[in-house]
Amino acid sequence: MNKAEAAIRAHGLRVVRGERTVLRDLDFAVPPGRITGLLGPSGCGKSTLMRAVVGTQAKVTGTLDVLGRPAGDATLRARIGYVTQAPSVYDDLTVRQNLDYFAAVLDPGRSHRDAREETVHRAIADVDLTPHADALAGRLSGGQRNRVSLAVALLGAPELLVLDEPTVGLDPVLRRDLWELFHRIAADRAATLLVSSHVMDEAERCHRLLLMRDGDILADDTPDALRTRTGRETVEDAFLHLVDEANAHALQETPR
Amino acid sequence: MTTSTQTPAPTPTRSSAHPPRAFSGARTLATAARVLRQLRHDPRSIALMILVPCVMLFLLRYVFDADARTFDAIGASLLGIFPLITMFLVTSIATLRERTSGTLERLLALPLGKADLIAGYALAFGALAVVQSLLATGLAVWGLGLDVVGSPWLLLLVALLDALLGTALGLFVSAFASSEFQAVQFMPAVIFPQLLLCGLFTARENMHPVLEAFSNVLPMSYAVDGMSEVLRHSDVTGDFVRDILIVAGCAILVLGLGAATLRRRTA
Repeated sequence: MNKAEAAIRAHGLRVVRGERTVLRDLDFAVPPGRITGLLGPSGCGKSTLMRAVVGTQAKVTGTLDVLGRPAGDATLRARIGYVTQAPSVYDDLTVRQNLDYFAAVLDPGRSHRDAREETVHRAIADVDLTPHADALAGRLSGGQRNRVSLAVALLGAPELLVLDEPTVGLDPVLRRDLWELFHRIAADRAATLLVSSHVMDEAERCHRLLLMRDGDILADDTPDALRTRTGRETVEDAFLHLVDEANAHALQETPR
Repeated sequence: MTTSTQTPAPTPTRSSAHPPRAFSGARTLATAARVLRQLRHDPRSIALMILVPCVMLFLLRYVFDADARTFDAIGASLLGIFPLITMFLVTSIATLRERTSGTLERLLALPLGKADLIAGYALAFGALAVVQSLLATGLAVWGLGLDVVGSPWLLLLVALLDALLGTALGLFVSAFASSEFQAVQFMPAVIFPQLLLCGLFTARENMHPVLEAFSNVLPMSYAVDGMSEVLRHSDVTGDFVRDILIVAGCAILVLGLGAATLRRRTA
């Protein structure tokens, strides 16, 4: 892959939180128009990496370019859709009122009212919440609130979607529907998706994977190549194999 | 955008016609409308905010049943203090919620200026303060016979500036509270000393010189002084102008400090 064309490109990316180094000198590239899965156990630095990409993480050093701009650049804010792990929506507004507000922040002004109405309508339909559009977000179930949060990120068709564990707490049918939606977004809108998960079976649905552990990237490859390289049946086994390998390596390097 | 033919994308992409700026009128109005919409789903809070000051004034009038002059002095001061306290509480909790729910992080990752957010809140709560002050002032002057020499409109002006100051203080302290428990505790910490020293209980020049010096640098003192000027003078005095300028200046200063506590990047 030509690195200059990558949607996200990191070189020597390091993040320190308090005393702890959460991301250790990462080098990776995320290809445009594809779904890249960011996988690893809880606490391995997935969310921090995503926050760095979106530009909400402090104390980021090294190079991190997003859509050809340094991460956090003001012009990127309208081009990235971001879903945090906890649903960040207003519980005391209805689903539609939530989306109306965020749409107005993205594309303000009376002259864009029709475009806003369309994008709100579409986002609600995309996450399958049309029957609940006029319900208060606080009255919805956890999974439904997650989808409201996702709908906000879909507003206005952003070029890059950064989704932090978007399928947590959803039933299998909804999870399948959402992954179909992600693939549709990547295919039809040529958008880039960076999706984190700690559920390994979701890895099979991604075009590319970044496997993380303890602030390091263990592997950066396609699911097929990972399985072939490690000789394992599933991505989960491949991941475990890589972890064991890394542990053995670490033991050898510190003999005393 | 919908007529574009070369892109297969079926939806208009996010408009770049509105580059992020520090301040945009439409985003401010959208934010104010959103805050009011949130409140509309909480009619009990609205009722409390608007009715409690009226009930307090009513009580006060009959506590000082035999002494109408005391009611004049304290009642006028309270007309300035109520909006400050209410807006302080409402804003500190509302912004704290915004911080803890993740919506603040989301908004700051969107093309929203910090000034849009703050002005949106100030506008929404300012509107509420106008309603609250209209009712409280109306009740005090026409219902309870509060004897004001100056124009009741000036009372309203001071009340509005006090509400703005309360909003500003609430926004600022919410940055230092990590829970709603703490946010509520900031009220006695920030408001009560000002309440004691503002001249409500005794004239400021009768206080110990050290306390008087303190009261000279606290904004609520000027809010109460401004109210007293309206109470006693039929025209706009130089002192009145000075008082409201100080209150307005403090409000803008603290709003600026509050804006500085909104960080796009957090640890």
